[in-house]
Amino acid sequence: MPSLKTLRMRIASVKSTQKITSAMKMVAASKLRRAQTQAEAARPYAERMERMLAALAANVAGSPTAPKLLVGNGKDKVHLLVPVTGDRGLAGAFNSSVGRLARATARRLESEGKTVKILSVGRKGRDYLRRDFASGIVGDVTFAGRKSIGFADAHAIAERIVAMQEAGEFDVCTLIYNRFASVISQIPTETRLIPLPVPEQKHDETVGAKAIYEYEPDEETILARLLPQNLAIQIYRALLENAAGFYGAQMTAMDNATRNAGDMIKRLSQNYNRARQANITKELIEIISGAEAV
Amino acid sequence: MPVDLEIVSPEKLLLSRPVDMVVIPAAEGELGVLPRHSPMIVLLRGGTIRLYDGAQVAEQLFVSGGFAEITPARVTVLADEAIPVASVSRAEGEKRLAAAQADYDSADKMDIAAIDAAMDRLQSARAMIEAAQAA
Repeated sequence: MPSLKTLRMRIASVKSTQKITSAMKMVAASKLRRAQTQAEAARPYAERMERMLAALAANVAGSPTAPKLLVGNGKDKVHLLVPVTGDRGLAGAFNSSVGRLARATARRLESEGKTVKILSVGRKGRDYLRRDFASGIVGDVTFAGRKSIGFADAHAIAERIVAMQEAGEFDVCTLIYNRFASVISQIPTETRLIPLPVPEQKHDETVGAKAIYEYEPDEETILARLLPQNLAIQIYRALLENAAGFYGAQMTAMDNATRNAGDMIKRLSQNYNRARQANITKELIEIISGAEAV
Repeated sequence: MPVDLEIVSPEKLLLSRPVDMVVIPAAEGELGVLPRHSPMIVLLRGGTIRLYDGAQVAEQLFVSGGFAEITPARVTVLADEAIPVASVSRAEGEKRLAAAQADYDSADKMDIAAIDAAMDRLQSARAMIEAAQAA
């Protein structure tokens, strides 16, 4: 039976933990709102970009001169994985679920005799994968200590991937990130970046089923500019979803921690009161039996 | 019947409203778009987008480059960056011009892609300075 003093100390320490977790929950909630707004603001560009790309890609997909960013280089030997994770922990299984998916994918590719390279975005993903694939990590990017991420950050990563492709360092590129399904649910997802799966041309009531566009200067010049931009947009979207998902996961984790701390305080206080009552009863018995003996 | 114009940057939707005519700086020359224009997808160079209500210029925005999709009822501009002409900074334009010039000078003259990219940036920076002067 722990003494009254140790019980009092444990209650105090759990209470201060609870204060911290509930503050972190509040901070995560406000950051989540900001991240969600940013993600929503970025959606229109991505949607319109996809629409243009669908029209363009349908035109050049079959041609032998189609850009490499669109159709790849025809090989399937070296895979570049780009796992996107948070830079910090205390967010439940958020980071490790991406890490796990990346590891499973890398293992599967290796067992098929392919080479795996990893360009990790986010500190936690790098730390997770370093244990098993230290030699495969060709680079990493972190935003640790940064307040917010902008399109320029995504653009820089995209440029790096384009340069790597031009140098022939990989054949297929896949992005792995947590898709933001809701505040409590983030789904680790793989998205192929290169070669790009051609988006379906959607029906558009203003121009008819399949619009026939005129291109100026020409399809290939436009695609040469559009594809790197699209790559940057895909990465930007992943970064934003990752940020929103991270704060969502952190909020949930901290909410659970706060509740657990509350339960623990309740249990400890009960023990404390019981022990205190037992002490009083014991003292009373001693006094009464002492008085009777006189 | 006006055209629905949308100007979008990667970070957000900047402008969405009907206009009577819009002039966009396409890569091969300025393009005035009236309602019922035939469908086009064009590359943009650095320049000014002018929005017309009737015969009046209602708004001017500087874009540093991007793409535009034109359909009979709508114009969508995907701008790399779009700034109202009134707040374009001449100093920023000159800074970019100097950076682009340096890239151009240091680029390998046989590397056509690099030269083209540097020239696009030079052009975009000059357009920015012009836009700043016009404002």
